[in-house]
Amino acid sequence: MSKSTHEIEVEIRNPEGLHMRPAMQFVDLANSFHSDISVCHQDIRADAKSIMQMTMLAATCGTQLKITAAGPDAEQAIQALRELVENKFTDDPQAAVGEKEGSV
Amino acid sequence: MKLADIVCFKAVVAELNSNKRDDVIGELVQSLVGRKKMKGVDAKSLAKAVIKRENEASTGIGKGVAVPHVKHESITEPVAVVGCSQQGIDFASLDKQPVYSVFLLLSPAANPDKHLQAMETIFKNLQKDDFRRFLRQAQTTDAIIEAIKDADEDDS
Repeated sequence: MSKSTHEIEVEIRNPEGLHMRPAMQFVDLANSFHSDISVCHQDIRADAKSIMQMTMLAATCGTQLKITAAGPDAEQAIQALRELVENKFTDDPQAAVGEKEGSV
Repeated sequence: MKLADIVCFKAVVAELNSNKRDDVIGELVQSLVGRKKMKGVDAKSLAKAVIKRENEASTGIGKGVAVPHVKHESITEPVAVVGCSQQGIDFASLDKQPVYSVFLLLSPAANPDKHLQAMETIFKNLQKDDFRRFLRQAQTTDAIIEAIKDADEDDS
């Protein structure tokens, strides 16, 4: 697989914004890829694989984020992260817990 | 937003009594509600809400810190408290390491944006290696408060 860089803009649409739980889902997903992934909100850039940095974005509902991935699986990473954001995460604790248990 | 805007200095706990997660949460909520003289706020039900949230997903984000929090209708403004533990607390952290510094945040249920701003402020500071180190070394409430003020000054 060749190295490539992919970039996309997404909008946070869940009413609560990118609070800790969705941020963690995002970081978990980002960590499943080999590519370097970063997220930009205005002039702040965060490493998509670090929960501390992601929560620092304080992305409220309506915030535009630019996701950039560089590496062998950049395209898949961007695709997966876009789906997560567009599906407004599964911002339901019950669903999130179920998912977690299912994956273990 | 600065840490000093949200952290209630009077409620800071230099050495937590317990090293059990749920008891630590109870201790910090109690300290906050008591010192801040929050009217019409039930510490027990608040602590329960924080623990419930914690059980859904750990806020132990690694590097010895945890940020338990909840949005609750009895809260009007985001308010936080810091508690330290020399022995370390099992918070089911992402990195499986014990937690030595706990930032507990209570936010209004009706204002998710304000909650995010408060979280941003806390995380921005917890990312600083120095701040985490000072917090961990602090053995008195004064030392903790000083570390917080220093961290705030770093940003200005």
